[in-house]
Amino acid sequence: MYSKGLKPLAVATVASLAAAMALVFFYAPLDADQGFVQKIFYVHVPLAIVALGGFVAGGVMAVRHLRSGDPSWDVRSYVAIHLSIILGVGVLATGSIWAKASWGHWWLWDEPVLVSFLVVFLLYCVYYPLRFSIEDPERQARYSSVFAITAGAFVPLNFAAVRLAQEFTHPRVLDQTGGSLPGEMRLTFLVSLLAMALLFVTLWKLELTAKHAAMQLKKLRRRLDARVAA
Amino acid sequence: MIVAARAILRKDLLIELRTKESVPAMTLFTLTVYVLFHFGLDRDSLDGELASGVLWVTLLLAAVIGVSRLFAAEREQGGIEGLLLAPVDRTALFVAKAASLFVMLVMVELVALPAFGLLLLGPGLGGALPELVAILALANLGVAAVGALVAALAAETRARELIVPLLLLPLLVPLLIACAQASEPFLRQDQGPEDLGRWLGLLTLYDVVFVLLSVAVFDYLLED
Amino acid sequence: MPALPLDEAGKYVAGAYVVFVTLIVVYVAIIGAKIARIDRELTELAEDDE
Repeated sequence: MYSKGLKPLAVATVASLAAAMALVFFYAPLDADQGFVQKIFYVHVPLAIVALGGFVAGGVMAVRHLRSGDPSWDVRSYVAIHLSIILGVGVLATGSIWAKASWGHWWLWDEPVLVSFLVVFLLYCVYYPLRFSIEDPERQARYSSVFAITAGAFVPLNFAAVRLAQEFTHPRVLDQTGGSLPGEMRLTFLVSLLAMALLFVTLWKLELTAKHAAMQLKKLRRRLDARVAA
Repeated sequence: MIVAARAILRKDLLIELRTKESVPAMTLFTLTVYVLFHFGLDRDSLDGELASGVLWVTLLLAAVIGVSRLFAAEREQGGIEGLLLAPVDRTALFVAKAASLFVMLVMVELVALPAFGLLLLGPGLGGALPELVAILALANLGVAAVGALVAALAAETRARELIVPLLLLPLLVPLLIACAQASEPFLRQDQGPEDLGRWLGLLTLYDVVFVLLSVAVFDYLLED
Repeated sequence: MPALPLDEAGKYVAGAYVVFVTLIVVYVAIIGAKIARIDRELTELAEDDE
């Protein structure tokens, strides 16, 4: 059910990732301040945006789950959040490398994307212990959805708060995420963002396919066992 | 709904008054944390950003204790099933629990704030009091709403004591940011320029979002 | 801090991209393994049924 369109999606993902890499290294100009190191921006920021989007999407799917009672929405929500957490590790890692390369420290409190992402990441890590400490599957799904919605609403609020706090106390130092990008950089950024988004959707569908197959298998096995027992 | 909410609230407050479990513990906790900060920071007096930060982090940590115990009475007497069997509107339950947490926080702050002024704060509290009370009121509302939601979310998991702080504290970060930034000018030696409007605005937004969200979502919790 | 010279900067940039690619590859590998296991169990079941 989920594997429809997976192959063209995967092809599109690989193509756009390749295009993005080509743009990053052969087309986008060198940044005046940071030099070559600025290239990390093209993987770190799109990854962060897609991960945050994934968290919010997980929240929206959770709303569908609660309203419809259809457990497949909960599975979709779970995979979206799970994938975003994994990408989140990548965001923190690439962000840290970027900080070290630009400023000499492995962490920066001045970058609002990175800092608010840390908070969001810490919050979503609780998703697993919360989810798996509830045994009843229907209740587990329901409570997970409530969490996903709460956390999803939290993401934009948190980002706004962190950004406000930093505008006030630290002037923006790695000001790359605004509309202040010159044309070639902006194009490269947008293509990278598109590639990252396609990657997310492809991996999401891929995992859903695997999960769905596993569930079908379990159902089949149970039915066969029942038949043998009879 | 109001009637039901008031009834549950009254029961909770009466239990707290009789058993005196949560509020004294939370208050004692804040005083202890002040002492910890004194030794940890090796400072006799704090002002400005440091004072603001210490005060708010302490209050939030105390709130965690209150939230963990929010459904304790129901759990210990098997009351949750009883509440759910009765035709009680989940919204009423949420309002009651949030209100109960709000009241507990106010009672803790009645001691914790003067104690802070006494023990750790360099400049006096006096001049800033009305503004601080406004910030506290909005903060308590936010903590109450989010706290009640988290308490319900964690109410039936096995790892409750672990989940509550891990869930509550990140969710409270925007609130912490707003409150610390808002209070900072009032805890300085020279009560300098204020940006109160912006931070109160953020606090209000936070409160509105989480009150609405919690009310909407509470129906799906504690349901069987 | 002045911009790093190209060779040093290159290490960091490469590091970041390697982290990213590794993450994806590992993830896909894990899912691949999961699918392989499902496939194996399906064939077992099919054989059992005969």
